[in-house]
This record gives sequence, structure tokens and C-alpha cells, in this order.
Amino acid sequence: MVDIKNVFKMYNQKKVIEDVSVKIEKGNITSFIGPNGAGKSTLISMVSRLIAKDDGEITIDGQDILKTKNNELAKKISILKQSNAINLKLTVRELVSFGRFPYSQGKLKKDDYQKIDEAIDYMELRDMQDKYLDELSGGQRQRAHIAMVIAQDTEYILLDEPLNNLDMRHSVQIMKTLRKLVNELGKTIIIVIHDINFASCYSDNIVALKDGKIVKQGRTCDVIDKCVLKDIYDMDIDIKEIDDKRICVYF
Amino acid sequence: MGYKKKTVILAIIALLLALLYIFYELSGNIGYILPRRIIKVVAIILTGGAIAFSTTIFMTITNNRILTPSVLGLDSLYLLIQTVIIFVFGSHSLIMMSSQLNYLVSIGAMILFSLLLYRFLFKGEKNNIYFLLLIGMILGTFFGSFTSFMQVLIDPNEFMVAQDRMFASVNNVNTDLVYLSIVLVILVLIYFMRFYKYLDVLALGKDDAINLGVPYDYVVKRLLIVVAILISIATALIGPITFLGLLVVNVAYELMKTYRHLYIILGSMLISIIALLGGQFVVEKIFTFQTTISVIINFIGGVYFIYLLLKENKSW
Repeated sequence: MVDIKNVFKMYNQKKVIEDVSVKIEKGNITSFIGPNGAGKSTLISMVSRLIAKDDGEITIDGQDILKTKNNELAKKISILKQSNAINLKLTVRELVSFGRFPYSQGKLKKDDYQKIDEAIDYMELRDMQDKYLDELSGGQRQRAHIAMVIAQDTEYILLDEPLNNLDMRHSVQIMKTLRKLVNELGKTIIIVIHDINFASCYSDNIVALKDGKIVKQGRTCDVIDKCVLKDIYDMDIDIKEIDDKRICVYF
Repeated sequence: MGYKKKTVILAIIALLLALLYIFYELSGNIGYILPRRIIKVVAIILTGGAIAFSTTIFMTITNNRILTPSVLGLDSLYLLIQTVIIFVFGSHSLIMMSSQLNYLVSIGAMILFSLLLYRFLFKGEKNNIYFLLLIGMILGTFFGSFTSFMQVLIDPNEFMVAQDRMFASVNNVNTDLVYLSIVLVILVLIYFMRFYKYLDVLALGKDDAINLGVPYDYVVKRLLIVVAILISIATALIGPITFLGLLVVNVAYELMKTYRHLYIILGSMLISIIALLGGQFVVEKIFTFQTTISVIINFIGGVYFIYLLLKENKSW
């Protein structure tokens, strides 16, 4: 379980995260939603220690992230950021191999190669594994990065807007893969997502943020609600039930 | 051709050039000339290697292939130290005449400056590497202006001595200092080996490195110290020549076509040694000491730099 307790973060004088407490259950997809500048990315960056928090405590399975060794933490939690502009001449397979660094420290063993192969197959990248990253489309590159995270084989996977710049087909493909990771491999996935319909259809829990504070957190069906969404986005959003899914109509 | 094979070929070229330099037209007082030439070759290998090595690390830390450690202001500091010594003590003072003393003063001041700069900038949580570069650049410019200011004030004869120091040269390299530098470089390399495994991961960028469990701040701070010490050693030994790093590391990346640091580092060091040996050979045999090696390196480097800008411009 990821336990975020009374966390604060300021950039210069501006409070971006103010007294946020969230508990994230294991074996679920939890989506962070909210308007631009709500502090979603900041929050998950703090969970994955990419940026330091000013106050509060974040624990993963009872261990304080600041007191855990970097390398041990890297075997437990992984993050994929929005922009992954790597300007290296890397093939897909080489990128995925980097996911094994916490275990191999650069020297790949038999076990590592097996995990790399599994990750490549899982993301269906087998036939393009020797292509260079700059030869791939945005969707393929995103899949390669997710494969790296899968190879890292962490219990917790954090993704910062994984659907950015992807078309519907690739977005659905990625979300289905994430769902599969949770259902088949028992991973815990935390994503920041803008499209509330994707959040509604694929996540178990939703945390809604606004101006650095939690507006609402709970089961997806509790958060995807006309009044709650009005609170978050300041606009009237109609909710239709189609095949057991709640679809938000906001156009 | 694979990068392993290319590394071997580069090593052979470097070796041949070294042999050519040592044995070309070897006549006269061999007992005097031969050791002189060998010590020059050793000095070239040491500085060329150190510059290439530290520039590769620096580019990896900054994730930028057109930045060299010269933005940390060490070159300018070296020139400032030399000019201040001449300004205050004169060119005939002990500190200017004794290369050992000069070497120790220069190297000490440069390392002290870098440590203070890092210490000051990495205090607290705001350890932004680009902020460090900005401050280094500003201080470098400040040192440069201050140097020019003092050079305007000093006696023209003294100025000639100061100007001599502005260009790297292995012609008057001191044997004892070469031995001392070898020891220092080996010590630094032993210290560096602990961080070697992180280099490939650091090249992915800060976020990915942290994600993969690299203790980022700890490693980067120490690598920057390694860079500063190596640059200081090379600069104090033969003069300011960090521009060479930009050239050779980029050629190494183009040639090796790999991300693996082992081969990039080896490749850039060998290219650097080849460039310096070749350059020195040209300086001695074609220009008959009319120019210094850094003039040639800066000229070729400048041309390559423009090519790089034009090419990168297209791909962005």
C-alpha cells in the first residue's frame, strides 16, 4: 500500500500540494484526475522521489521512501514520466534492458534476459526490438517505455499521462495492457490521466485533485458523479450509463 | 564494423602515431632526444585521455553534447591565476620560473575553486545542474575579463610571457610533473571506478536514472569533482585545451554509434590522443614550432563545431 500522509509542496511561494493524504490500495488501478495545475504530476513525482516534498510522509508497504535505499526502492516502484525524450541512439531492446539495472547493476544475467524477453513479448514489440527509438512512432515508443517499466518488474507502477499524444486505438491498447498487468500479474498501477472517460472505464479507484487539495477520493462509481465533477472542473458534465460504464458527456 | 573492432583500429593508429613521433628523424644526441620525446608522448596521452574522459562524463551528466567542462570556468581561472602571478610577482619570480611550484599552485586553486563552487551551489535542495553551469559560465567570463584587464596594465614584455600561457603546449613539459600527474590521474580513476556502472543509466536523463535506483545527487556531485580534478591536472600540465574534448567526444559518438560508455570513453580518449599526437607532429615538423598545438586543435574544432550546429539544426 502506498500511504501519503499530510504532504506539502511549495514552488517558490506558491503552494502546489497542500496537506494531501491518500491511501492507495494494492492490486488496483488508481487514477489521479483534475484540471491543469492541480498538482497531480507533482504528487506522483514525490511518491517516486523524483522531486522532494516539503513536509509530510510517504510510505510504501510501511517503509518511508526517503529512508529506503535507492536501489531497493527501484525494485519496488517505477515511474514513467510524460516526456521521455531520450537523445541516445538506443534500440527498443536496449531500452528495455535498462529496466533490469536495479537488479543487474549493468551486468545482465540469464534471469535478466528472460525478463527482458517477457517484457518485449508482453508489449508485442518482438518484431521491432532491434529498431532505434527515433525510428518509431509515438505510440510504439510509449509501448517501448512501458516495456522497460515491465522489465523493471516492480510491484508499483506510476505513469504520468501515459496516453499523451496517442490516438484512440493506441490509448485503448495501453489501457488494456495496464488492466492486464493488474489482473494477471497483480501489479498496482497509479496513473495521472486527463481523459475522465478513460479513468471511468479502466480504473478501480479515482483520486480527484484541485488546486493542490483532494476534492474527492474513492471507488470510480463514487467519483464519476455529476456533483463531484462539477466541483472538480467547474462545468456541467452529463453522465450516461452505457453497458455498465459511466460515460461523461462534456462537449 | 562493430565498435569493438573500431576501438582496436583506433588503438593501433594511436600507437603508430606515437612510434612515428618518437622515432621520426631520430638522430644526433639520441640519449637526450629520445627521453624528451617519450616524455612528451606520455604527457600527450595523459592530457588527451584526461580531457576526453572528463568531457564524456560531463556530457553524460548534463545530457548535452555541445557542453564541455570549460563552462565550469576552469580554463579562465587558470589564465587568471597565471596573469595574477605575473602581475603581482613578475615573470621572473620563483613561482613563474619553477614549473613545479606553478603547477601545484594552479592545480590547487582550480580544485579548490570547483569544490567551493559545488559546495555553495549544492547546499540545500536546489541542486539544479544548469544553475551550476550558468554560475560557472558567469564566473568564467568574469575571470576572463579580469585577466584581460590585468594584461592591459602589465609591462609588454611581461604580457608576452602571459600570452604564452594562453595556449596549450607540450614543448616545455616538465618530466617530474608528468610523473606526478600520472599518479594523480590513477588515484582519480580508482575513485571513479565505483561510479562507472551508473554512466549508461545517467545518459537516459535524471528522471529515468532515479527511477532505476541511481542515487542521483550523490553520484553526480562526485562525478563533477572527478571532472574538475582531471581538467585541472590536464590544464596545469599543458595549458587550456578543453575545447579538444568537444571535438573528440562528438567524433567518438558519431564513429562508435553506441550508447555504451566503455566504448565511447575508450574511443574518445584514443581519438583525442591521435589528434594531439598528429597535431604535435604537424606543429614540430611542418610549422617548425611557429605555432602551438592548441591553435591547430581550435581551428579544426571550430570548423567541426559549425558543422555540428548545422547538422543538429537540421535534425531538430
